[in-house]
Amino acid sequence: MFESLSGKLTGTLRNLSGRGKISESNVRDSMVEVRKALLDADVHVDVVTDFCEEVVQDALGAKVTTSLKPGEEMIGIVNQRLIDLMGPVESGVMLVDPGPTIVMMCGLQGSGKTTTCGKLAAYLKARGKKVSLVAADLQRPAAVEQLQVTANDVNENAKGVGEVTCYAEPEKCGEYGTATGVAVGVCKRGVKHARKNKVDVVILDTAGRLHIDDELMKELRGVQSMTTPHQIFLVVDAMIGQDAVNAASAFHTQLAVDGVILTKFDSDTRGGAALSVKRVTGVPIKFVGTGEKFDALEEFHPERIASRILGMGDVVSLVEKAQEEFSEEDAENIAQKMASGTMTVTDFINQLKSIRRMGPMKSLLGMLPGVGAALKNVQVDDEQFDRIEAIASSMTKKEKNDIKLLGKSRIKRIAKGSGTNPSEVNRFVKQFDMMKKMSKQMAGGGLGSKMGAMKDLAGGMDPASMAGMTGRGSTKTKSNKQRFKRRKRK
Amino acid sequence: MGLFRATVNALRSGLSRTRSALATPLAAMRGRTIDNDSINELERLLLSSDVGTTTTDAIVNELRDAVSRGEKQNRDILELLHDQLVNRLANKKRTLAIAERSPTVILVAGVNGVGKTTSVAKIGRALREENRSVLLAAADTFRAGAVSQLATWSERLGIEIIKGQQGADPAAVTFDAAEAAIARSADVLLIDTAGRLHTQEPLMRQLEKIKQVTSKKVDGAPHEVLLVLDATQGQNTLVQAKRFSEAIDVTGIFLAKLDGTARGGIVFAIEDEIGIPVKLIGIGERPEDVEPFDPEVFVDALINEAVS
Repeated sequence: MFESLSGKLTGTLRNLSGRGKISESNVRDSMVEVRKALLDADVHVDVVTDFCEEVVQDALGAKVTTSLKPGEEMIGIVNQRLIDLMGPVESGVMLVDPGPTIVMMCGLQGSGKTTTCGKLAAYLKARGKKVSLVAADLQRPAAVEQLQVTANDVNENAKGVGEVTCYAEPEKCGEYGTATGVAVGVCKRGVKHARKNKVDVVILDTAGRLHIDDELMKELRGVQSMTTPHQIFLVVDAMIGQDAVNAASAFHTQLAVDGVILTKFDSDTRGGAALSVKRVTGVPIKFVGTGEKFDALEEFHPERIASRILGMGDVVSLVEKAQEEFSEEDAENIAQKMASGTMTVTDFINQLKSIRRMGPMKSLLGMLPGVGAALKNVQVDDEQFDRIEAIASSMTKKEKNDIKLLGKSRIKRIAKGSGTNPSEVNRFVKQFDMMKKMSKQMAGGGLGSKMGAMKDLAGGMDPASMAGMTGRGSTKTKSNKQRFKRRKRK
Repeated sequence: MGLFRATVNALRSGLSRTRSALATPLAAMRGRTIDNDSINELERLLLSSDVGTTTTDAIVNELRDAVSRGEKQNRDILELLHDQLVNRLANKKRTLAIAERSPTVILVAGVNGVGKTTSVAKIGRALREENRSVLLAAADTFRAGAVSQLATWSERLGIEIIKGQQGADPAAVTFDAAEAAIARSADVLLIDTAGRLHTQEPLMRQLEKIKQVTSKKVDGAPHEVLLVLDATQGQNTLVQAKRFSEAIDVTGIFLAKLDGTARGGIVFAIEDEIGIPVKLIGIGERPEDVEPFDPEVFVDALINEAVS
């Protein structure tokens, strides 16, 4: 559905530069693609118009027209503009001393406030803080219960020495809507309760509603004036559309928001909301929510959203994920084994498992520059890796340590044991051998031999197995065809 | 769906936000004839209503072609837009499928926070108003409080419910619910599933499994697979619709929170680019705030306000 903007920009301008000089109007023409990419990313249409004009000015100032590589230069300018627009960033929660620091959360319905409260509590718990969550969303059925369960879960299972409790008055839900100020009362008592119990941070989980709702805004203002929070966070769904601007400014004018938390960032949204919200309100983005677990709260990096919009991949996130999985010691250990060519099947499977823990293969590959666009219609089948794991676990210890032992009958046994077939086992053996050889070569020699190894790999790679990795869709039929062809040749 | 409050006025008040974003500036264009300036202004309005670049381009290009052919010069631009929009939504079946033999199984899915549980309650209420017996299945066993949220609705509305424990296998809950629906000879089984991002492959597999369980238990089930989309979300809804369709063959869209968005233009993008009919729309927080989607009424509410 989306094509890479960086690819298109390079293409358009490269064509032009081949034919001679690039004019100002050529640069303006290339803005058509930038404009479309930003709109597809849900950046507000007026923000897009301003942004494009600024990029044109930058481009003319930077003399893109006389540059040898105008495409790359343009991408650089767009990228830098995007980063400037969304930054600077200051993550974290500012704490006051003496406490308690009062943090108020607000946002539209379904933006993920309650979940984010839990994540923020986990973040503070890891820093040794005593946190109290106050259930002030009396409107949505069972929201109070959700917060109670979340608080409990974070307290028991999140890392850190801090403590997380929940203050709730579930019996007040019935009164809600009939009397005014019920939620305000809950907040007031919640803060009082926190003071008495020497809590470091109080987080107020307020009701979500549509921003057009005067009642809600009145209620939120009531909570604000009654508890005078030190910080007010606006929770915004990263998938929000053109309305982001109205919603954010409605909350901001009423409450003077201190920071924005973007949620559901683990979806494939391009996150243009970040751009619109920052531009229109000037409020910094503090955190992004990237998963359903309570530790899935990350600091905000404008470069990453810029890369997403440009379709350039997200290498930084990939490296970070890898760092979580692999310790330095492991890495060194495996590097040595690779260099000496003594890597065993067990080592390989451990590696594979660690990589798979980082997420679905497709999303990992998508983080590599250039790969995202190439993969957009390909279904990467994680099941293929299940099969490889099954094959490896059906080997004996001896076999795992010396794959050369595998003769016809052992292969047959392994195929049976793993629910695969002998040709699949054979393919695995071949690939494993090749990988071993190649890694030895790569580690061993200088650049020349590395290039040689790469060539070997490219030439020797079994296209059927590559296609087999991609599972469903058109590629699968191709792999079957190729498998069939190979059989015929034999 | 006769008993939905399908009156133009109710819809208009529900859509008041959509109108103020699109219709008010549109009203300012009233009486302008079609020319390049008015088309550019229209383009901006469509884009700012989440219509999306592809569909906006299609609409705008058709108008531009008309200008360059020298046609329709004296026609009001809003009238032309009205015809265009209605044409784009024409000829689709928008009623909920009802099985010849009960129970009819309706599976409801969507990403987190779009309003699935509330939408399920609304559909349940509307079906009961048509004198059908309804059974709710609370198969969202993941989010804390989701089961009790639906249970609260079930109590308020007086509709029976089959609950799973939090953390239970949602496919197992679905299985039990399907058995219960047959045993109690319910007319409709309405299944609420956990919100999941379409990028979470394992969770999408789980949804496929839930779907399979229903078809094992009931012939031809699920008869309707409704995807709940959030009207305040932008172009990512198109990706959602695509991915969910690939996994569970979505048969209709429930567009929730249409009252809260200043937009609603996403309707045209969904129908144009994905081709799945929008069947129901949510236009408020109360259980009765649901309407069958009627293209004429919808476009009228958007534009005629500005025309009349």
